[in-house]
Amino acid sequence: MARMKFLCDADRCIECNACVTACKNEHEVPWGINRRRVVTLNDGKPGERSISMACMHCTDAPCAAVCPVNCFYTTADAIVLHDKDLCIGCGYCFYACPFGAPQYPRVGNFGGRGKMDKCTYCAGGPQADNSAAEYIQYGANRIAEGKLPLCAEMCSTKALLAGDGDIIASIYRERVTKRGYGSGAWGWRTAYKEGVQA
Amino acid sequence: MRALLLTLALLITVPAVAQNTVPFTARDQTSAEELELQRALQGGTISGRVSIPDTKSGNLVQPEGQAWRQFHNRTLYTVGAVAVLGVLALLWLFYMIKGRIRIAAGPAGRTLTRFNLLERTNHWMVASSFIVLMLSGLNLTFGRYIILPTLGPEAFTTLSMWGKVAHNFLSFPFVLGLVVMFLLWVKDNIPNALDLEWLKAGGGFLNNSHPQAGRFNAGQKGVFWITVLGGAAVAITGYVLVFPFVVTDIAGQQLAHMIHGVLAMLMIAAILAHIYIGSVGMEGAVDAMTTGQVDYNWAKEHHSLWVDQELAKARTVIEPGAKTAGAD
Repeated sequence: MARMKFLCDADRCIECNACVTACKNEHEVPWGINRRRVVTLNDGKPGERSISMACMHCTDAPCAAVCPVNCFYTTADAIVLHDKDLCIGCGYCFYACPFGAPQYPRVGNFGGRGKMDKCTYCAGGPQADNSAAEYIQYGANRIAEGKLPLCAEMCSTKALLAGDGDIIASIYRERVTKRGYGSGAWGWRTAYKEGVQA
Repeated sequence: MRALLLTLALLITVPAVAQNTVPFTARDQTSAEELELQRALQGGTISGRVSIPDTKSGNLVQPEGQAWRQFHNRTLYTVGAVAVLGVLALLWLFYMIKGRIRIAAGPAGRTLTRFNLLERTNHWMVASSFIVLMLSGLNLTFGRYIILPTLGPEAFTTLSMWGKVAHNFLSFPFVLGLVVMFLLWVKDNIPNALDLEWLKAGGGFLNNSHPQAGRFNAGQKGVFWITVLGGAAVAITGYVLVFPFVVTDIAGQQLAHMIHGVLAMLMIAAILAHIYIGSVGMEGAVDAMTTGQVDYNWAKEHHSLWVDQELAKARTVIEPGAKTAGAD
């Protein structure tokens, strides 16, 4: 089985936010929720980098570790998913997540934030694959159709890579060797306890 | 025409080339891995600008989440288990050795009013909301390991969901009760020299003595201040969490949760001891909060100075309309 990961090549990302838009459109993500966003570091200064970030589907995921109702599970492809029927919306996963991935449909309403929502790696949830119930709760299940996450699939500069960790890491290493520079795989050390050695 | 275009193109490109004398590859490169390691070790977040309205999503990596995870899964779990089980074990041991503390002189049958209706109602409003807050709070730390395996995921979620709602909303009567409690009892809870004597005698628990005490002894004053000050701190940190991102950012919420969790666990331990001594632990104690009437001998033994005070008051205060014997 593959070990699915995301890798954003910050030297290629042009902050077009198409990944964000594609994600929102593909899964009909409601207002106020961003499963993916583009963060620009050192904006307007030398060394500016843009990184598209969503749930990194961590190894030994902190969200799953702290969840009081144990609603997270990891698929055979190492994708971290959660069951919204079990989630109580307590917000603990948001405190623990290093990437700010968990999102809540309602904020500031006496802590009634609603069920947590996050990037599913386009792999839906515990409902039957590509059922109407799954689509309403989690969005499209492209993985079940043999496709990769849409954000990475349609990235115009191919900055955002999704797929088996070893394969995308080798693609990235090849790029770094060829062009002679690269800031590394953002979030990998935190999420997977390893970087990408160029 | 072609010549014109060529000239234009040259005009645009030439200054650009002249400015960038250092080739891109030779310039200082940030390393994601190094930056993440540095932040993980030194604290702080890697953050930048986002073009969406949700500015807090500008945090790219916040390594403090791992520290919070460690706190929630290890520290809080351990502190809670040791505090709660430890106090229960100590109380059980105390009960086994000393048994129920009896009224030494036996019940007198005559009673004094210790707490009026307002004081008792307020006490039970605080107490009942505290019990629910305690159980629903403990559930968030221990439920996953104790209740979830027995109830199953669906039933446990229903329980925890209601627990969360109760926890959020019962905080309001709890806090209101704390304020009233503070106003009602603070004047009798100012620490004084007598309390030192009481503490020196160990409250009389170990040698069966009865050190002097006013309306509240040093132990009760302790419970009062733990409830009022601990309750205030737990309430403030709790409301910070109930209104996410209103007063503080993610780091502030992590800290608020840590203070809230540890203080709550310690308060639970203290209140368990308070419940014990106010019920099974001591004969006559529970009457103070049920009927409000305590036995004269109980009061004499535990609150001798208060009894003197009450008796003195009763002698001086003349009921309105009361007439001297033989006046009519």
